Amino acid sequence: MAEKTLLQGIREALGEEMERDERVWVLGEDVGKKGGVFLVTEGLYDRFGEARVLDTPLAESSIVGVAIGAAMNGTLPVAEIQFADFIHPAFDQIVSEAARIRYRSNGDFSCPLVIRAPFGGGVHGGLYHSQSVEAYYAHVPGLKVVIPSTPEDAKGLLKSSIRDPDPVMFFEHKKTYRLIKGEVPDGDYATPLGKAAVRREGASLSCFAWGLMAHYCMQAAEELEADGVSVEVIDLRTLKPLDKEAILGSVRKTARALVVYEDNLTGGFGAEVAAIIAQEAFEHLDAPVVRVAAPDVPAMPFNKPQEDAFMPSPERIAAEMRKLAAY
Amino acid sequence: MATAKETRHAALGLEPDRLLTMYRQMVLARAVDRRMWVLNRQGKAPFVISGQGHEAIQVAAANCMRPGIDWLCPYYRDLPFCLALGMTAREFMLAVFAKADDPNSGARQMPSHFGIQRLRIITSSSVVGTQVVHAVGVAYASKMRGLDEVSVTCIGDGGTSQGDWHESMNWAGIHKLPFICIVQDNDYAISVPHRLQMGVDTVARRAEGYGVAGEAVDGGDLLASYEAMRRAVERARAGQGATLISAKVARFTSHSSDDDQRRYRPQAELEALLRRDPIERFRNYLLDEGVVSEADDERIQQECTAEVDEAVTGAEAAESPRPEDLLKHVYADG
Ligand SMILES: Cc1ncc(C[n+]2csc(CCOP(=O)(O)OP(=O)(O)O)c2C)c(N)n1
Ligand SMILES: [Mg+2]
Repeated sequence: MAEKTLLQGIREALGEEMERDERVWVLGEDVGKKGGVFLVTEGLYDRFGEARVLDTPLAESSIVGVAIGAAMNGTLPVAEIQFADFIHPAFDQIVSEAARIRYRSNGDFSCPLVIRAPFGGGVHGGLYHSQSVEAYYAHVPGLKVVIPSTPEDAKGLLKSSIRDPDPVMFFEHKKTYRLIKGEVPDGDYATPLGKAAVRREGASLSCFAWGLMAHYCMQAAEELEADGVSVEVIDLRTLKPLDKEAILGSVRKTARALVVYEDNLTGGFGAEVAAIIAQEAFEHLDAPVVRVAAPDVPAMPFNKPQEDAFMPSPERIAAEMRKLAAY
Repeated sequence: MATAKETRHAALGLEPDRLLTMYRQMVLARAVDRRMWVLNRQGKAPFVISGQGHEAIQVAAANCMRPGIDWLCPYYRDLPFCLALGMTAREFMLAVFAKADDPNSGARQMPSHFGIQRLRIITSSSVVGTQVVHAVGVAYASKMRGLDEVSVTCIGDGGTSQGDWHESMNWAGIHKLPFICIVQDNDYAISVPHRLQMGVDTVARRAEGYGVAGEAVDGGDLLASYEAMRRAVERARAGQGATLISAKVARFTSHSSDDDQRRYRPQAELEALLRRDPIERFRNYLLDEGVVSEADDERIQQECTAEVDEAVTGAEAAESPRPEDLLKHVYADG
């Protein structure tokens, strides 16, 4: 075990999986010699060569479409979209194609591929380097959606994603890349998809989040601890498949639920979590389910005052926790 | 005595047997296709989209490929192509009647959305252009794995306006892939004419701009199509890169059973189309060259009709999909 960044966890998973299975390869813009704009794929080009660490033309739909074709011809592609903000040109290939290959062929074909993309804000990325796009894909049956928030999970969940027989959207919060450090087990292990992680046990209220927001919720929860309010923080880790049992189990215990997400409030994935709680744990609730999210403006501004106003902060989350605990 | 002038097929090294096979494949495809429209009028086939008029390029192309080795990412007019690669008339009719055993999709998709793993025909959607990118990915994987495979894809003239098409051609050029894109240019995209689709007479002109070889061919001429396709396959297998084939064809039917081409195509144009029947043209060639007799032809027509009859009878009686299977195959584990 060694202390590593979340980014190193991802890089280790890629390197180990490529070493273990020669069908695994990566493709994307600048992933080769440069090692990606965030250096996630650094070193892979030297180890595995150009054919398996491929710098693609600057065309996202074809990055995904080529990966789909290659997945149907005996390989396991890991496609990198440089920023989640630029995944939209590939939406059709992901939603109409990758997600439906198995279903539309009645099980005759499958599409084992991973699409990695850095998402999220708080890094002065402005409108086009800050977006959260998970809700679009969590809406689509046939896709899995994974968002690690710790270095250990980043490695273990990416390994599971690469080994998964279906298309997986793997979103990495770019602010967590180097900010978040933690122990990463050496060598091979896989963290199962579809299992949430209880980051902190608590009795007064349950807080659900993923990505950077899971960390902000932890900070807020620690603040509330000082006031004698005990908050349970659950990191969903995979939005699809979703660990409904973990969500409902926690709410049955605490009777209060807060869902925190960085995406716009309306139609964000947290809305689905809130709906599940409302529908399936209504009689256990002592308070309305509360969502803390970004406002419904098109995207995150570049300037700091407005960026800060957009992102849910630990302070804002703590304030909402207090209100909910007192309800 | 001077030797007789070499025939076109002999120059291509094509034996009479192979000519007959190709002829029969075209005739069968036409018979299946026509029957589909009859079933549509009888209210038994809710949706029809047709390959009539496109048979020569498709059958020629299929006969240059090695079934089970080379790949096809098809589009919805590729009934003749898929039959020539080994899909049976009965398998297709199962799709037409939306039956559970349709090997393409278990009747989840509309008919003519081909995809059969055993024939290396890759599952296709309705979204114009998406399949071309998959064919590039297939070819890239073959190359990366050192496999001697060729990846072929088809699309219409309208489809070449899609970004996915341009992105694909660019990839194919960059990596000199064993990839062949056959554009079946029938002058229309539903009702939109060629002149409003592109500023060139044939899309093959663009080949050089992508770094691929270009072939413009009369897609209604089976032997010319065969020659162009064979060159493309040889190029691919020799590691010399990709080919863009633009094949001029005639769309005999309306775009689909939901369209009426008389609304946008002049009567004279529709009449002229009939003189471009690729099957007639090949039949005349075979008769002229003495490869088939009128009697042979009659027999082939009858055999194909009988095959279609049998396919229809069998498919119509087959089981429909069960509602509870709606939820199957979303993921590997259910
Ligand atoms: C992306 C997309 N846009 C629109 C359509 C509707 N549509 C289906 S076929 C077609 C015309 C295609 O024309 P062309 O590519 O020339 O092929 P053809 O049908 O003539 O063989 C259109 C507009 C579609 N299926 N997909
Ligand atoms: Mg057309």
